[in-house]
Amino acid sequence: MQLWLIPLLPFVGFALNGLLGRRLSKPVVNLIACGSVLLSFLWVLKTLSGLGAFSGGLEEPYREHYFTWIQSGALNISADFAIDRLTSVMLLIVTGIGFLIHVYAVGYMAHEGGYYRFFAYLNLFMFFMLILVLGANFLLLFIGWEGVGLCSYLLIGFYFLEKFATDAANKAFIVNRIGDFGFSLAVFLVVIHFGSLDFATVFDKVKAMPVETSAGWITAIALLLLVGATGKSAQIPLYVWLPDAMAGPTPVSALIHAATMVTAGVYMVARSSQIFLHAYGALTVVALVGLATAFFAATIGLTQFDIKKVYAYSTVSQLGYMFLGLGTGAFSAGIFHVMTHAFFKALLFLGAGSVIHACGGEQDMRKMGGLRKYAPITMWTLACATLAIAGVPGLSGAASKDLILESAYEFAPWMYWVGVFTAGMTAFYVTRAFCMTFFGEYRGADGHGSAEGHGPAAAHDDHGQAAHVDDPHGHGGHGHGTPHESPSVMWIPLAILALLSLGGGFINVPKFLEPIFPLHEGESAAWLEYVASAAGLLGIALGYVCYVVAPAIPASIASTFSGPYRWIYNKYFVDELYDSAVVQPTIDGSRSLLWRAIDAAGIDGLVNGTGETARGIGGILKHLQSGLIRSYAAWVVVGSILLIAYAGFLGGAK
Amino acid sequence: MPPLPIPAAAPLSWYLTLSAVLFALGVAGFLFRRNIITVFMSIELMLNAVNLTFITFSYRLKQVDGHIFSFFVMVVAAAEAAVGLAIILTVFKNRQTLEIDELNSLKN
Amino acid sequence: MDALLFMIFAAVAVVCGLNLVLQTHPISSALSLVGVMAALAALYLLLGGEFIAAAQLVVYAGAIMVLFIFVIMLLNAGTEHKALKGSWAKYAGVPLLVALLGMVAYLVQRMSPPTENVVFGEFRKGNPVEIGHALFTTYLLPFEVTSVLILIAILGAIVLARKEIE
Repeated sequence: MQLWLIPLLPFVGFALNGLLGRRLSKPVVNLIACGSVLLSFLWVLKTLSGLGAFSGGLEEPYREHYFTWIQSGALNISADFAIDRLTSVMLLIVTGIGFLIHVYAVGYMAHEGGYYRFFAYLNLFMFFMLILVLGANFLLLFIGWEGVGLCSYLLIGFYFLEKFATDAANKAFIVNRIGDFGFSLAVFLVVIHFGSLDFATVFDKVKAMPVETSAGWITAIALLLLVGATGKSAQIPLYVWLPDAMAGPTPVSALIHAATMVTAGVYMVARSSQIFLHAYGALTVVALVGLATAFFAATIGLTQFDIKKVYAYSTVSQLGYMFLGLGTGAFSAGIFHVMTHAFFKALLFLGAGSVIHACGGEQDMRKMGGLRKYAPITMWTLACATLAIAGVPGLSGAASKDLILESAYEFAPWMYWVGVFTAGMTAFYVTRAFCMTFFGEYRGADGHGSAEGHGPAAAHDDHGQAAHVDDPHGHGGHGHGTPHESPSVMWIPLAILALLSLGGGFINVPKFLEPIFPLHEGESAAWLEYVASAAGLLGIALGYVCYVVAPAIPASIASTFSGPYRWIYNKYFVDELYDSAVVQPTIDGSRSLLWRAIDAAGIDGLVNGTGETARGIGGILKHLQSGLIRSYAAWVVVGSILLIAYAGFLGGAK
Repeated sequence: MPPLPIPAAAPLSWYLTLSAVLFALGVAGFLFRRNIITVFMSIELMLNAVNLTFITFSYRLKQVDGHIFSFFVMVVAAAEAAVGLAIILTVFKNRQTLEIDELNSLKN
Repeated sequence: MDALLFMIFAAVAVVCGLNLVLQTHPISSALSLVGVMAALAALYLLLGGEFIAAAQLVVYAGAIMVLFIFVIMLLNAGTEHKALKGSWAKYAGVPLLVALLGMVAYLVQRMSPPTENVVFGEFRKGNPVEIGHALFTTYLLPFEVTSVLILIAILGAIVLARKEIE
């Protein structure tokens, strides 16, 4: 089946664009980049149809063994790819949506510098992500894991001349690394306790073990895996990098931080479902983390003014939903939500990119408005996405979210109610974003005032968090004063994603994943669904009211509850907390202890000190050969004293 | 004679101690004096101290060999004194000084 | 009686030795050395070494010291000047000397049986007969070699001091 072609094709694209891209013309770069991903997607389709995935086959995983990589004692790790139904879902998402986003990026990055570098990095990302999902053991998964982290760093910091971009890239990578540390520990424990890293071997062994009745090894492994997942998938406490990652170009936000990389954590937990099922309380922890993150991030999303940040917090919140689904035992619901989320979140981000492009680089929603006159296609596609994420019944978002909420209700009813409230908030803030952007009058400045440079440093709030423009190179070439629609290369992917957002709910992923995650038997009460849908519709209605009908309401609420408002608006000061509790002590510790004490004083002292000591000894010993007869005489006396002492006291004199 | 608080005969160790004292004096002169000739004389003092040690041990061991050694030491001291003083004369001819610290051609 | 004699001559020797070290003019030091040698000759007599005592006086005090005095007068050596530098020798040298002397004295005391005394007249082998006998039988080779040594010394001295002070 040649599974290795699937990741190899984007890698070839990376190599070609990376090495030769400078000399190639833009159309050729586009062709290589998008073409490689398209070919990979087609190959995925061919492979899956060949394995019979679309016609009921592929119940057992299909493996391909390439070579034995590590052989050390009893540990044998080989480079294997494996496809089962879970992998196939992920493959389709990654390659399909990846392709759409590549096409979009052709239009979005048309006027940017470093064009070929961008596509090279994007292809490299695809390569690593595909290795992550195709890998048949923890080590290959980890390679993909680290690789996508690297590409995330490269792409967030794509505008590396801007300090906030490089800071964001550093933050993303470092926070990810903390999660990776947990993941590494988990992998080590797996090796110790199961003697192998191969998925099939490990999970078969785990299945045969009884469920732990108290915290033991399996629980430790599960919790450490969860730590890794919180880093990669932006859960509490390691979510702080995702909002800052919006400093990267919008296609990057769409691809990496909405559709694929952040779902790697979900995939990994789903893949390791046997471990979690046999651990004691680990699943509960997963569910709690997911629920807390979902609620928490949604509250922050209510107050943000940067459109990308709203969607970033929305991503964190939706990822929380996925973890909630996983944690309550509905693994397939979680994966289902991964898919629908990929559709509508990618669409939201690409649409936001289109909006930003239309406004000439402006990201602050307070400067937008009335765009439905100027960018109708964008508006309609974003409307589809907004309705999908809000949970309007029948659309993709509702299908997966309802499954998760049902499963939450069975786990613990209070979780259901919190989830419903969060769904309401979700609907509210996406409607808010939509209304602020498309309704009302256009509030942006005419001409180039807001287009060039970093955009106004909008001191609307204490922390100047408004308008982190994502393309400071500006769209100066457009020379526009009024907003305009995006070119077709940009809105066609939007349209396709809109169709998927609307109809994606009908793809019955849980049924598809049944061989891996057995379906839950029994019917759940129908009113669960109705309440959830009602919450979503209520949220939409409130949003519309607050931002279109009576725009004064939000301002009055904000001023009435100014204390909590300020708290939430500043993201609960979590970043500041981390900074003072972790970052500053680390920097200070490194500077004073590691650098000054150990490195400068200790190691340099040792090295220099050796030289100084040698010099000092030489300085003393040079007196031995002073040329003065009397000092020679003195040395003779010293020698004779030593000899007499030796002979007299030690030499056996009685 | 009234009995003096001294032993009738001197213990052998006293001779050896005296020899050590004289030797130390010779070393002191060797270290602290700056005239070459005085240094040379301190060397002769050391040799004499050693002679005394030889004779003392010869007495103790009831053999004549110590005396022979002492004899040879004297002979060699004589030869050494002759040559040494000739050297000092030559050095004085060249350097016009008898300060031992000035004779530092071996320095560096 | 023997002890008393020993102490007198020992005192003379030590005082003359101190004088040698402490006097500034070389002539004074040379005369002190003569005094040491004379005292030592008397001590040799106490120890029964008649031949050596005589040889000491004749060779050492009579010939070598005369040679020293000749050279001192020839070179017109004067009083030593005050030390300009090198006073470090005092700080380093005195402890060294004390250490040396102390150590040797202690060892000597430890190693000697307390009953061994020197009595004048007890050692009878120090006469020329015995010395000659030992010298020409057991120590014949060193004896001949020393004669060669003296020859070399003479040659050396003559060569070195040949271009006499004009």
